[in-house]
Amino acid sequence: MFINFFYLLRAYGVPVTITEWMMLMEALSRGMASSSLTAFYHLARAVLVKSEAHYDRYDLAFYSYFQGVETPLELTEKVLEWLEAALPPMQISDQERHRFQDWDLDDLRRRLEERLQEQKEQHHGGSKWIGTGGTSPFGHSGYHPAGVRIGGSSVNKSAVQVAAQRDFRGFRTDATIGVRQFEVALRKLRQLSSKEEGPRDELDLDETIRATGDKGGMLQLVWDRSRKNTLKVVLLMDSGGSMDPYLHLCSRLFTAMNRASHFKDLRFFYFHNCIYQYLYLDPACLMDSAIPTEDFLRMIDPEYKVIILGDASMAPSELTMRGGAIDWSFHNDEPGIEWLQRIADHFSHSAWLNPIPAPYWNSVTGSYTISLIRKIFPMYELTVEGLQGAIKKLKVRK
Amino acid sequence: MPDNHNSFTGTGDYIASEELQNSVNVAMALGRPLLIKGEPGTGKTMLAQSIARNLGKELLIWNIKSSTKAGDGLYIYDTVQRLYDSQFGDHDVSDIRHYIKLGQLGRAFISENQVVLLIDEIDKADLEFPNDLLWELDIMSFHIPETGETIEARHRPIVVITSNAEKELPDAFLRRCIFHYIAFPDAAMMEEIIKVHHPKLEQNLLEEALAAFYWIRGIGGLQKKPSTSELLDWVQALAIGGINPDKINAEFPFLGVLLKKDQDFNTILQRLHSQGKQIKSAAGIPRRR
Repeated sequence: MFINFFYLLRAYGVPVTITEWMMLMEALSRGMASSSLTAFYHLARAVLVKSEAHYDRYDLAFYSYFQGVETPLELTEKVLEWLEAALPPMQISDQERHRFQDWDLDDLRRRLEERLQEQKEQHHGGSKWIGTGGTSPFGHSGYHPAGVRIGGSSVNKSAVQVAAQRDFRGFRTDATIGVRQFEVALRKLRQLSSKEEGPRDELDLDETIRATGDKGGMLQLVWDRSRKNTLKVVLLMDSGGSMDPYLHLCSRLFTAMNRASHFKDLRFFYFHNCIYQYLYLDPACLMDSAIPTEDFLRMIDPEYKVIILGDASMAPSELTMRGGAIDWSFHNDEPGIEWLQRIADHFSHSAWLNPIPAPYWNSVTGSYTISLIRKIFPMYELTVEGLQGAIKKLKVRK
Repeated sequence: MPDNHNSFTGTGDYIASEELQNSVNVAMALGRPLLIKGEPGTGKTMLAQSIARNLGKELLIWNIKSSTKAGDGLYIYDTVQRLYDSQFGDHDVSDIRHYIKLGQLGRAFISENQVVLLIDEIDKADLEFPNDLLWELDIMSFHIPETGETIEARHRPIVVITSNAEKELPDAFLRRCIFHYIAFPDAAMMEEIIKVHHPKLEQNLLEEALAAFYWIRGIGGLQKKPSTSELLDWVQALAIGGINPDKINAEFPFLGVLLKKDQDFNTILQRLHSQGKQIKSAAGIPRRR
């Protein structure tokens, strides 16, 4: 009965197990769904789905199985389909880039909606319709300096807002392979509290025996302070387009960090390519979730250990020039490198993890900025060995 | 629930959505623990109280702290007390049972009548904590080696577990639970909730306050979004302060009741400023840090 629904749920990524399925069958045999589809929907969700993060997938599977309701996502899915077949990427000169400086995001969004209403079929190349290649502001692999990118991967790296950030949405839950190794490495990152602070709540057996002996057998308990991990960690992550190839690797580290329960405090912040006057609470790096970097430095005391995760590869101007930030709408008064230096000065322990393997640091596109940043932060590659090296570094003052 | 004569329907002072009522009833019928997640202030802890009152059962609360061990919920053998007593000889220390103290789970097992057991904020404890409870919650009995006794549940308690999602819970544990996520109430539901707490409120004050409240919650980047309990306080402050309802969305009086962080306060002020609104006085109630 319904066994296909079970497999459909699993296909949609809801981790349902036989135990839960049997529980649902038991509930159904007792007539707890009262023969109504709505009741069944709630019953099955309560029994089968164990995280609100999976509610959405459950809904999708449910609708597709019971065929009753059209998914409102349909339109975007269709657009994504059009975009799957892509033209080769197109390059553009700075001069042409300049022509589009005055595009406005809200305006773009509105026009994207209008365009969606008008357009009924696939389209590739050209300058107006949604498709791949070409210079229409909507689509991917094409080039429009202020366009809205839908799906695909960034080639020219300047889409104002990546409309298909879905990859990052699954940040926490996806990866499982490799997480364990990172977790084991992170275990080493700890700093036990001194015996000077905290409540005396641990029985000191040796002292108790000695004191009791001194009192001629009259029980004398001696308590000591327990040692706990006092380590506080802040992780700054680059969520820029050039990081896309390393997404899975990064999300493994992210998952491992999240699971590591032995930190006293663990904070996450995001930035886009380089750090300027704002950091973001959300990987999308929109102004909604921005916090001033100065406030960040005030909020996070120097005792925190900083791990920066990024490819450190960018145009030299993004690092060294005023107004060099990659987002065309964003102006930075101070070059990124000064902000990086400020962060390095603020914290007494810091390390930079780079997903690009170390042998390539001198030869990749971003080798110049990598070499500049390496002068500020000790840099390690994002592998288990690299992480171990970074941890060793984080344990000693620089 | 057709086959369940005592089903949960919510109580006068606790509005439970139909979904939530169903989840509670499913959990009771299947004899499984009910795991409740949701934003702070959505009434997770209140739910257990409401179930107990609604069904006329006793409520036992087991508050979990970071130092809580799973065994604490079953029993504690107070060896230190026994040692002390042995030195003065005024107690009968030969009977270990005097020094076995049952925890909340143990008490729920031996209770004469079925009880509601609330395991509050299970995610505060160590990662392994939920797994350590699996066996006892499954077979509803445990053994005390010190006395050779086995405690078996006379009635399977209704177990409600709350979590603030500070830590991921182990899969094995999740498999055995009924799960319900309390969504943040929408405006209509919220209106009902407020009316339960402040029945005499003017309708237009309520509407204005709700509009302002959901506007603030909609702003991204707040460190702590105001929750139901803060809204209730705010509405009360507005009513007592005799604020003209028309001014609520223009001036946001007593904003300090809703927002507890300086930074959030500034975010809102900036946002208002960019919309051309001016806050005359954010004062009235001292801002708490």
